[in-house]
Amino acid sequence: MFALSVKMAWSAIASNKMRSFLTMLGIIIGVLSLVVLVSLVNGATGAVTSEVETLGNDIISVTIRDDKGSPLRLENLTEIAFDETIAQVAPSGTMTATAKNGYSDASVSVNGTTASYYEIQGLELSYGRFIKTTDVDNSSYVVVLSYDAADELFGMGNVVGESISINGRSFQVIGVLAEDTSMMSAMTGGLSVYVPFTVESRMAGQPYITSLSVAATNDIDTAQTAVENYLLKRFKQDEDAFSIMNMSSISDALGTITSTLSLLLGGIAAISLLVGGIGIMNIMLVSVTERTKEIGIRKAIGAGRNSIMTQFLIEALMVSLLGCIFGLLLSWGILALVSAIAGTISFNMSLGVVGIAVGFSSCIGLIFGLYPANKAARKHPIEALRYEG
Amino acid sequence: MTMASNPVISMRNITKIYNVGGEEVRALDGASLTIQEGEFVSVVGPSGSGKSTMMNIIGCLDVADEGEYLLDGQSIEQYSEEELARIRNKKIGFVFQTFNLLSRMTAIENVELPLIYQRLPLGERKEKTNAALERVGLTDRSHHKPTELSGGQQQRVAIARALATEPTILLADEPTGNLDSKTGSDILSLFHKLHAAGNTIVLITHNEEIANQAQRRIRIIDGRVWEVE
Repeated sequence: MFALSVKMAWSAIASNKMRSFLTMLGIIIGVLSLVVLVSLVNGATGAVTSEVETLGNDIISVTIRDDKGSPLRLENLTEIAFDETIAQVAPSGTMTATAKNGYSDASVSVNGTTASYYEIQGLELSYGRFIKTTDVDNSSYVVVLSYDAADELFGMGNVVGESISINGRSFQVIGVLAEDTSMMSAMTGGLSVYVPFTVESRMAGQPYITSLSVAATNDIDTAQTAVENYLLKRFKQDEDAFSIMNMSSISDALGTITSTLSLLLGGIAAISLLVGGIGIMNIMLVSVTERTKEIGIRKAIGAGRNSIMTQFLIEALMVSLLGCIFGLLLSWGILALVSAIAGTISFNMSLGVVGIAVGFSSCIGLIFGLYPANKAARKHPIEALRYEG
Repeated sequence: MTMASNPVISMRNITKIYNVGGEEVRALDGASLTIQEGEFVSVVGPSGSGKSTMMNIIGCLDVADEGEYLLDGQSIEQYSEEELARIRNKKIGFVFQTFNLLSRMTAIENVELPLIYQRLPLGERKEKTNAALERVGLTDRSHHKPTELSGGQQQRVAIARALATEPTILLADEPTGNLDSKTGSDILSLFHKLHAAGNTIVLITHNEEIANQAQRRIRIIDGRVWEVE
């Protein structure tokens, strides 16, 4: 019986293809906007989240604002690292300087740090080596260039052994980092070079540590508590003396933003689906009137209200589900196209979104088909038979 | 004529009142009628005589306001629409003046439709559909749509549709009204054939000549039924 109803509904839909297509268009556009918008947000979220994760979800960044008369020195870092929840600690002093190589010069951001910085930040070297503890102890004038800095100053990558001058002082290049293609580095921009912390602090005239990064052994939250306790003790229990944060809190915040965004966009798309449903109801009402005679004939030969009701409901459901299928196919095409254009980010339709689209379309087909179907079912057989349209 | 103990149609004092513009119109006024199984009865009357109302009540498209109507021994009272539909489906085979075939469907699909509403399985449906089309002699045109058939052929499909469910009565409303006289007489001879095969036929018409072909004639005037001798 159900298969026959579907066949009947199909013949009704196929008998007026253009009208059926235009009716479906509302649902097609609704499904398209729902699936594409939600998938785009999800894809972007996924990309940003994995980006944040490559930055290191296990890095704790500390900035000291007020040292309360007991500033942090390089040797204090070993006290922090002594805690078993903490793997490594590195200071980072930052200053802006002008780097020169012959006639080419560039404004660079100079990071003064120690050997552990390399591992904490998950840096990668292309050539040479990173700063060693002896470089820090001896305040050696050595520098590690980022790929971009080497490219800017030398126009080439392997420049280990060359010299550059930073703020008039000569430094020997001991290493060049690998190219960083991540979105974060593109966002922060600028050219970075790395020198021993002792050298940077002397040049900047800031002998104390004002900023440091910490890597946790296992759980980042217990490590953060450990660092916090140490600093609170040192800075007389003043919570405002320093700020402490980790990347996972950033990605949590990011997740909240994007899920709100996809809910919002999904909601807007759902409204357009609703409008599509009204279009279905409109056309179904016209169709019921046009087919009054057919309803009369069917009733005369023995169709009850339920049969007529089912017939028109299935028709409405089929229009909206066909629209949904076309919408999904189109969305798939558009997402494939966008992924091809975007290159690095791939946008996929998640099964959840497809499920929501199909479920929502069916509900809309049923809800907006109910009134026309009921109107058809309630027609009086004698009057319907007499109808000449 | 044999008077069987169980009449197919038994109407007693049927009254149907319509309200037209605030005025009561008695379309049927105490009409009584009995039709036995296997009879070929024609119902004649001028337009406005209550003929259509009679047909609607016999065909269970409508129910009487007063009086008693037994169809095949079953009392047709204030049934719900759903129940009336089931009775129409099982006991009545309609043949209309304008054929009333569904234009989107082929001949065979039109004939199959009442069997679908009976929820019969596919095999049984096919069997009955083919048998009905064979009885009206249209097996070779079964996959044509109504628009591809002549008027006479369309009426044959309609008769096959009415026969498919093996109804208690065949109820024909001016079946030759839209046909030329040659095709009309073909359809009438088909009715004679069906009558000879044992079908009960009620033919409603305003045409005396056609009415005369029936074995028994009934006249409706102003909502009352008279037997024509």
